Amino acid sequence: MAEYSVIGTSLAKVDAPERVTGKAVYGADLDLPGMLWAKLVRSPYAHARIKKIDTSKAKALPGVKAVITANDLPHLPKGATAPLVGEVSIDMSAIREIVMASDKARYHGQVVAAVAATDPFIAEEAAGLVEVLPVVEDVLQAMQPGTALVHEDLHTLEEATQEKSDQPSNIATHMVYTRGDVEAGFKEADVLIEKTYTTQMVHQGYLEPQACAARVEPSGKVTLWTSAQGHFTVRTQLVTLLGLPANQLNVIPMEIGGGFGGKALALFEPTAIVLAQKTSRPVKLVVSREEVLRATGPGAPAVITVKAGAKKDGKLTAISTTMRYDAGAFPGSPVSRGLLVGLAPYKLDNMLAEGFDVLTNKPRVQAYRAPGGTPAAFAVESLMDALAEEIGVDPLEFRQKNAAEEGDTLPLGMPLNRIGLTEMLGEIQKHSCWTTPLEGANRGRGLALGYWIGGSFTSSAEIKINPDATASIFVGTVDLTGTRTTILQMVADELQLDPTEITITVGDTDTAPFADLSGGSRITYTMSAAAHQASHDVLSQLRVRAAEKLKVSVDDVEYKQKRFWAKDDTQNEVSLADLARESVAWGSGPIIGKGSTTRMQPAHSYAAHVADVEIDPDTGKATILRYTCFQDVGKAINPMQVEGQIQGGAVQGIGWALNEEYIFDNGELKNASLLDYRCPVALDLPMIETVLTEVPASEGPYGLRGVGEVPIVPPGAALANAIYRATGKRLYELPMNPERVFWAIHGNGPNGTNGSGTNGSGRS
Amino acid sequence: MKQPIEMNINGEPHTTIVDTRTTLLDTLRYKLGFMGPKEGCGNGNCGACTVVLNGSVVNACLVFAVEAAGADVTTVEGVAAEGNLHPVQQAFIEHGGLQCGFCTPGFIMSAKALLERNPNPSEQEIRLAISGNLCRCTGYDKIVRSIQAASQALSQHA
Repeated sequence: MAEYSVIGTSLAKVDAPERVTGKAVYGADLDLPGMLWAKLVRSPYAHARIKKIDTSKAKALPGVKAVITANDLPHLPKGATAPLVGEVSIDMSAIREIVMASDKARYHGQVVAAVAATDPFIAEEAAGLVEVLPVVEDVLQAMQPGTALVHEDLHTLEEATQEKSDQPSNIATHMVYTRGDVEAGFKEADVLIEKTYTTQMVHQGYLEPQACAARVEPSGKVTLWTSAQGHFTVRTQLVTLLGLPANQLNVIPMEIGGGFGGKALALFEPTAIVLAQKTSRPVKLVVSREEVLRATGPGAPAVITVKAGAKKDGKLTAISTTMRYDAGAFPGSPVSRGLLVGLAPYKLDNMLAEGFDVLTNKPRVQAYRAPGGTPAAFAVESLMDALAEEIGVDPLEFRQKNAAEEGDTLPLGMPLNRIGLTEMLGEIQKHSCWTTPLEGANRGRGLALGYWIGGSFTSSAEIKINPDATASIFVGTVDLTGTRTTILQMVADELQLDPTEITITVGDTDTAPFADLSGGSRITYTMSAAAHQASHDVLSQLRVRAAEKLKVSVDDVEYKQKRFWAKDDTQNEVSLADLARESVAWGSGPIIGKGSTTRMQPAHSYAAHVADVEIDPDTGKATILRYTCFQDVGKAINPMQVEGQIQGGAVQGIGWALNEEYIFDNGELKNASLLDYRCPVALDLPMIETVLTEVPASEGPYGLRGVGEVPIVPPGAALANAIYRATGKRLYELPMNPERVFWAIHGNGPNGTNGSGTNGSGRS
Repeated sequence: MKQPIEMNINGEPHTTIVDTRTTLLDTLRYKLGFMGPKEGCGNGNCGACTVVLNGSVVNACLVFAVEAAGADVTTVEGVAAEGNLHPVQQAFIEHGGLQCGFCTPGFIMSAKALLERNPNPSEQEIRLAISGNLCRCTGYDKIVRSIQAASQALSQHA
């Protein structure tokens, strides 16, 4: 086992000083000479046909330099796609409609026009003449035949056969995965439970509203500054959407104030560019918090039915689930990820997993940290808790008896490589958060599991050795979470340099090596391979030069601590400093190492959360007394940052579980502010304990696993199971806010609210 | 309507002409170039624009620039004295009290103000003092610990 001096230490973020002093430059901080301000005009209706948009009044206003509608965007054939990441494509004709609606507004707040003016106050609403259509809001209602259609020409895609339905529908895709014999498994069961669970639309809640600025250079080339999760991904989308060659568009990544999946799509950049082209002036577009909440692409809600059976000895016999995910106004909910995440912790001999991607008149969802995972785990892990209780097995023991292991097959078909689920469950068994009895009235403890597959895709790194023997790393991956620091740590150990001798820069699309977007918990994982390769490319080049100097063969050159020497003669040595200096002298040439990776195996992440809650029976408010997160991280490159990721993800999941929800009225979001859409604040929470299990992943030089996403998966069920033990009532709907918990305790409330949503019981 | 105003920002006098509808935040950012305070919500719910105005912690997005005429304003840019980081800033770096950093200028201002009026706050007092500042990355754990560490560092220096 290699010994590391920087990997595994909690090195402070290399970019922290500029952030604590207010010097880091985010998208909205740009101020270009002659810059105009862009404002968007949005549909006041959730479902309406656009007959005419009258821009004359806006154009007549002094200070207004341009007004555009969808007609000003380049024409795009319906169904035109662009590669988003790896083999995943995105329908750019749908993105064009989200950027600016052409024929119909399909959700409240959809952009219909944009204005560029010399002053942010000069934003005149364009008058519109529109025909209002019936609104489709509820996912179950949307699936019913005869409901108003969000897209009149959309037919259901049957995933297995790739056939389309005869009739148009609000169901975009239907998918079914089966294994074994589910009905036989259910017959074998001593206990069988079926329930339906509902979750609401939520928002990623990144603190920084989207911001970008565009400038057309005298040559016609476009420079774009943006706070996005992947500037190459933005460029790829703009190449398709605007018909610009990639070399005529330089995308400069700004510091990004959080994304969590919600800043992957180029929803604002096309407007800034077209306005800059029309006015020949730089244009900045910064959206407001209200616009962020209303129409940037929230996290998908779902209605999920789960049925599972088990024998008295605690062995699962069969599980089936139907997951209906709401995509909003255009296809693309994370329903297949929901099917995967919900069932991935378990051995599945008999399984049926069915998914629907459903359209409604709501904003098109975007990814939100482990997209699709949180609703699925809320449903499955709540049901597993009930099943364990019904057969009289401890909930941890029940998971241990049925835990997936290396070699088992995941729900959608892939075999599991090395995982640490069993080891992690063993950690819970001996931890005080589980072994210490929870005393006191109205208190309860809950356990739930989580899973995330993580992404791979393309990452690259370049490393230059400077003439003074310092090193500069150059990457194209946006730093969302501290990845500059972790990449630098890995390079420091490979090159055996002190971290202070290395700098790392995220370059723009003209200069940096290509990288897919930052998401899918993939950057530190894939960069471990790319940076390792680039480091060893550097070392190989240096060894060749050292061998020439030392007059030995390359294989006989040893390297340690900035010294190269001959294996057989330790006195025959040359320093890194000498080789570096000579590299820029005549005849030698600079040292530039390169590394890239495109397709690594998934490094599966499993997590388990244990929550202790106390319920106030008079108000229904849940107070979290203790919260502990267990996670198999493979190898923590920077434990402080890993803990921070886990704590942040868990708290987003806690917010989803207890407080956060979109409240709609006829398609209009009624709580579009951070006062009414309430993310957790410091007073709502205890310290979040973390326990890291390190079972190395199958691939990669250090065995690390992506860590960022899985922590948001377990909180819904961990808290629901804790609330059940505190109150004796199971809740079937998120968020479990005081009102829902109160009515669950005190019986049926107004409108039949009892916190239980729809549910059928099929106990045998 | 436009109006000239003078403010003392981070110890230096500044004069500018503002539209009377303009907030203190937009004036600091877009008229005077103090980009440290951030706009996360524009209506006082997130705390990313926190500054100190005549000794009081305020959301700069809720103050009109004309209300701050003649005032002393401290932004995050004024916290590090002559290039030396303040112990609160140092503690946030060392204890992982930030991830994306967008909320950090606001937290630094709230935390510094807390420690000036209460040098040894309890965990609950810290949580209360920063409950007007939203962070979506950290789950607050390491922010609370950073402020605890800053409190210790300051009391050792005192």
